[in-house]
Amino acid sequence: MTTNQEIILSASDVEVQFTVRGKQLRAIRNISIDLYKDETLAIVGESGSGKSVFTKTFTGMLESNGKVTNGTAMFEGKDLYANKTDTDWEAIRGKKIATIFQDPMTSLNPIIPIGKQITEVIEKHQGKSFAEAKEEAIKLMEEVGIYNAKGRFDEYPFMYSGGMRQRIVIAIALACHPDILICDEPTTALDVTIQAQIIRLIKKLQKQYGYTIIFITHDLGVVANVADRVAIMYSGQIIEYGTVNEIFYEPKHPYTWGLLSSLPQLGIKGEPLYAIHGTPPSLYDEIKGDAFAPRSDYAMEIDFEEEPPMFKVTDTHYAKTWLLDPRAPKVEPPAQVSSLHERMKQVIAEQEEH
Amino acid sequence: MSETLQNPVLEKDENGREILLKVKDLAVTFYNGKKEFKAVHDVNFNVYKGETFSLVGESGSGKTTIGRAIIRINPTSNGDIYFMGKKINGKISHEDQRWVIRNMQMVFQDPAASLNERATIDYIVSEGLQNFHLYKDEEDRKQKVLNALESVGLLAEHATRYPHEFSGGQRQRIGIARAMVMEPTLLIADEPISALDVSIRAQVLNLLNEFKRDKGLTQIFIAHDLSVVRYISDRIAVIHKGQIVELAETNELFKNPMHPYTISLMSAIPLPDPEIEKAKTLITFDEEEEAKKWNYAENAPTFREIVPGHFIYCNDAEMEEFKKHYQK
Repeated sequence: MTTNQEIILSASDVEVQFTVRGKQLRAIRNISIDLYKDETLAIVGESGSGKSVFTKTFTGMLESNGKVTNGTAMFEGKDLYANKTDTDWEAIRGKKIATIFQDPMTSLNPIIPIGKQITEVIEKHQGKSFAEAKEEAIKLMEEVGIYNAKGRFDEYPFMYSGGMRQRIVIAIALACHPDILICDEPTTALDVTIQAQIIRLIKKLQKQYGYTIIFITHDLGVVANVADRVAIMYSGQIIEYGTVNEIFYEPKHPYTWGLLSSLPQLGIKGEPLYAIHGTPPSLYDEIKGDAFAPRSDYAMEIDFEEEPPMFKVTDTHYAKTWLLDPRAPKVEPPAQVSSLHERMKQVIAEQEEH
Repeated sequence: MSETLQNPVLEKDENGREILLKVKDLAVTFYNGKKEFKAVHDVNFNVYKGETFSLVGESGSGKTTIGRAIIRINPTSNGDIYFMGKKINGKISHEDQRWVIRNMQMVFQDPAASLNERATIDYIVSEGLQNFHLYKDEEDRKQKVLNALESVGLLAEHATRYPHEFSGGQRQRIGIARAMVMEPTLLIADEPISALDVSIRAQVLNLLNEFKRDKGLTQIFIAHDLSVVRYISDRIAVIHKGQIVELAETNELFKNPMHPYTISLMSAIPLPDPEIEKAKTLITFDEEEEAKKWNYAENAPTFREIVPGHFIYCNDAEMEEFKKHYQK
């Protein structure tokens, strides 16, 4: 991934606040990142880190008590945040930027037949007649791997399995030929074998339909599979981003180190897993310095006082930690992290003996 | 009676391992009007004292049903379940029922559905304590609740809140706290960490392992994620369509996976290493193909022991193949 690629979406200094019971909560704290055309950017973070909230701002789908309080998101020469009403957003939402959510059952209407839910979108966005829309819907259903699509057109969501439902949600998203597809934990509710199929499907259709993917997940295995670039989020900020290889093989932020070290896949039986202690900070409070400092094994005095800037590691790799300051002592990443590739090769070798 | 049952003399298998739980020819059938559906059938396994035994399979495979049959939520339609040598399925006395509940706890899969929406966390976690009067005084009860909450990464201030105020991950932790507070002999954990965040998962896995090490807690761990199961279990049973297709010690299973379903499941685990993961090929399991290939119509498969401790659901022809593998 080189930096001279075409930028499709550029977010800068984005801040989002929620009003909860009269209190202000800063869910997103000054995020800036570019999205390149045709890439797959994975956003990784824990629940509450703001990964969903951040991407919801691109389609105007923040909950009613949430507001973008600062920043811009430039898309096709215009600031997305200039859209205010639902009518404004209609030109973007679904049409240009579509989202696939985690739970396919809640994204589908349980009392409307599957086929109708797809044709509705085609009729609305492409102005086609029902007959034309139906033809296209069946084609889409076949494309996402629904066997006997014609016969299943009039069935209801409950008659579909979880994996099949998610395929339908993908079909609906693709019905408008979006430029950007936001996949918000699309496989988290699915079985591993189904997950593998859905990921393969999303990647295959990416080539065919030419969309750019923002893939939100907490599963680093999935990230390794889908991502070209990875952004790690913590407490409403992107704390590190880089190419997928840079993040897995040469991570710089102690939080990224912690995430990688605590993977059960790398665990040795009988030995405790590395666990990041504590819990993320409350976003109601003013966060001073590095938000991860209280949980970090590598925190320095300055981490509790001043927020670190984004330090450049390479042209594609940036991390927000004081450890990268030239004045900081030289710290090696934990052994689990520097030996990740070796350890995984060993795990594979053990398995492939037969 | 409860005194003797706290430290019962457990039956031992031929290798001298103490059998805490024995499941024999278990079947669970669900009825929908006249239609019947065999969710689980011909399931046989032992759970030894102090071990972590995992049931792995996909949704609908019946792994949860087995867990629920053991803890008497789902009635069994065939077979026997023995807990510390005592039969616990079918009709049992009220006293025995209480004894089962006291000594076996379950962590459920769906954190939203398993918590009483109208009760505070303090009440939810201490309900079991109250039912069995497992505390000295109010102070002791509060302390026990607090310890349980802290052990799963929640704060004291959470005790007065209601389930809807928590995220899915936090609710699951409340479910774990509710089970742990009872100090059970056998914990059935049904997908206990799949709803949790990565950084909290490690904490919970470590916690389950600590309970195992320090208190000798025996666990049945139900999961779909083989990579987690590999780390935590001593033995693993792979379930497919209501049946165990393969059962072995963890290292043996990963070194010598035999059943094609096990192999396909292993290939589907996403590995946290981009080079390896991107180069990986998926292996799919086609049941009909396999049945044809090994001629199941004429020689039906059964559950059999290939090498000591390694069981596979296969027929004679397949067994020959597997044996060849071991002779290499």
